[in-house]
Amino acid sequence: MTEALMTAPAAKAPGKPGRPGRKKRHPSVIPGFGLTLGFTVLYLSLVVLIPLSATFIKASHLTWPQLMDIVTDKQVLYAFRLSFLTAAAAALVNGVFGLLVAWVLVRYKFPGRGFLDSMVDLPFALPTAVAGIALCAVYAETGWIGALLEPIGIRVAYTPLGVIVALIFIGLPFVVRTVQPVLEDLDKEVEEAATSLGASRLQIFVKLILPAVMPSLFTGVSLAFARALGEYGSVIFISGNMPLKTEIVPLIIVSKLEQYDYAGATAVACIMLVLSFSLLLAINLLQKWAGGASRAR
Amino acid sequence: MKTLTGKKNLKILGLASALGLALFGLATLPAAAGGIKLLNVSYDPTRELYEDYNKAFSAHWKATVGQDVTVSQSHGGSGKQARSVIDGLDADVVTLALAYDIDAIAEKGQLLPKNWQTLLPHNSTPYTSTVVFLVRKGNPKGIKDWDDLLKPGVSIITANPKTSGGARWNYLAAWGYALKKNNGDSAKAYRFVSDIYKKVPVLDAGARGSTTTFVQRRIGDVLIAWENEALLASDKEAKGKVELVVPSLSILAEPPVAVVDRVAAKHGNAKVAKAYLEYLYSEEGQDIVGRNYFRPRDEKAAAKYASRFPKTNLFTIDEVFGGWQKAQKTHFADKGVYDQIQKEGK
Repeated sequence: MTEALMTAPAAKAPGKPGRPGRKKRHPSVIPGFGLTLGFTVLYLSLVVLIPLSATFIKASHLTWPQLMDIVTDKQVLYAFRLSFLTAAAAALVNGVFGLLVAWVLVRYKFPGRGFLDSMVDLPFALPTAVAGIALCAVYAETGWIGALLEPIGIRVAYTPLGVIVALIFIGLPFVVRTVQPVLEDLDKEVEEAATSLGASRLQIFVKLILPAVMPSLFTGVSLAFARALGEYGSVIFISGNMPLKTEIVPLIIVSKLEQYDYAGATAVACIMLVLSFSLLLAINLLQKWAGGASRAR
Repeated sequence: MKTLTGKKNLKILGLASALGLALFGLATLPAAAGGIKLLNVSYDPTRELYEDYNKAFSAHWKATVGQDVTVSQSHGGSGKQARSVIDGLDADVVTLALAYDIDAIAEKGQLLPKNWQTLLPHNSTPYTSTVVFLVRKGNPKGIKDWDDLLKPGVSIITANPKTSGGARWNYLAAWGYALKKNNGDSAKAYRFVSDIYKKVPVLDAGARGSTTTFVQRRIGDVLIAWENEALLASDKEAKGKVELVVPSLSILAEPPVAVVDRVAAKHGNAKVAKAYLEYLYSEEGQDIVGRNYFRPRDEKAAAKYASRFPKTNLFTIDEVFGGWQKAQKTHFADKGVYDQIQKEGK
């Protein structure tokens, strides 16, 4: 029973359009495959590939020892560690609470739901610098929340915790907006059936709901993670930018640019790109493997 | 599901029309004004100064030459602005925070001659400023000079010299003071500056950011700042909450101006661009400078605003550090003195 239930919603998960059609080798309903593919390649090249390859070309002016010298610098290594750890922490927090928010928005009807629903998109719309200044004002030791946390010894602004708070803020919509449609498509009848067959609430959540939303949750979390890695605007206001403590990688890149050191800046950027790309790839593979495992059961 | 896609379509439609409107707006915007158009690419704290000055210059040019001139301004961090000009932002003139940034435009962009700083009077700087302290009302920590910054319990706010031009002036002012006090012993100057940066809890990316941290967030006991920013804060924005303290010795900050020859020539603006900068040195130009909290070069204007700018001893970057190129290389380049200070003991 569970097998059919689990695969059905999973197939509707976002991020995999058009695949079933090609596998079965049906002639496509919509003509113009060549034209659209050509456009896609051109578009991606103009928007993504060419600018990114320019980055690698700029960095390739450096010799190998020069590159190693730049990226093994203590300050740069600290920044890498901070950026990756805080981005991961923020993405995980968003994974848990984003799912919760999506659940509440989908499953309950209450006054003000539409308002809450549009509020989720605010971090997308707000200029990140504004977000950074606002968060900093609230979480600094003189701010509303910061003043409450200060007496119990928790400092948010100008610490790595502040960086995480900013990254949670900007990453939230990614998780909510990817999980929400999947939750909307889940049939309530299935849960009712499970209840009538004697499943506990926990069982329903763990065995029915979680497997169904897992692929989209994975996608949402990795999007939030990727977005957090590159975030600059909101973080620099709340992080305090202390070398070896709260400096993020984008700040290192900016300070290299400030010295007109284009090669050095792009070198750090390239390492960042390679690392994030491999991480995202690993997450994707993990997701596939997990999906395969659950289907095989 | 159906309603959802319907909503989505609506959203997309809305977005597309907004985009169309924005593009339309962008396309029609530059065509709106006639006459000569000039672009002045400047740094952050000069916003108010050039708003005033552009009006005065347009009136002056209309009266003497009879042409309409519209001057647009662009503001941002000095280094970022210089990079934009190198990368193709069509600036007829640049008015930046440091000569180093205009040097970069001359060198990397080849957009103006390397001797640009000799083409206008006073090192091509029609106004100056200096580095001062801003303290809380009543000066509770009793900060009067650089040495007081190292008193126990004093926390200092300044921006990150790696990303902020203004913060580089702050750093050099501290270094110059310590050097003079210790008869040129650079090891002692290193110690002094290093001790100062140990007391900095937040390094904002830009000078305006650190003013906000100090004034709005109320963090720190003393802000090291541009004099014009500090005057603006103590006179207007945070009147009655902060006070200005002028140290016994500070640096003469010279924010330079230059015509970007290649761009101005391309626009056919060479003559008006030059006149635009020269008029900064005129009586009216210097008065506007003083009114906007920058120190005028002209003695008459300087006398008029003398009460604003307390007398103090000032040294120039050329005297103590041998110019911007050298200071940048020794102190602020990667693995330079500033980096060593930050890595010390960590």
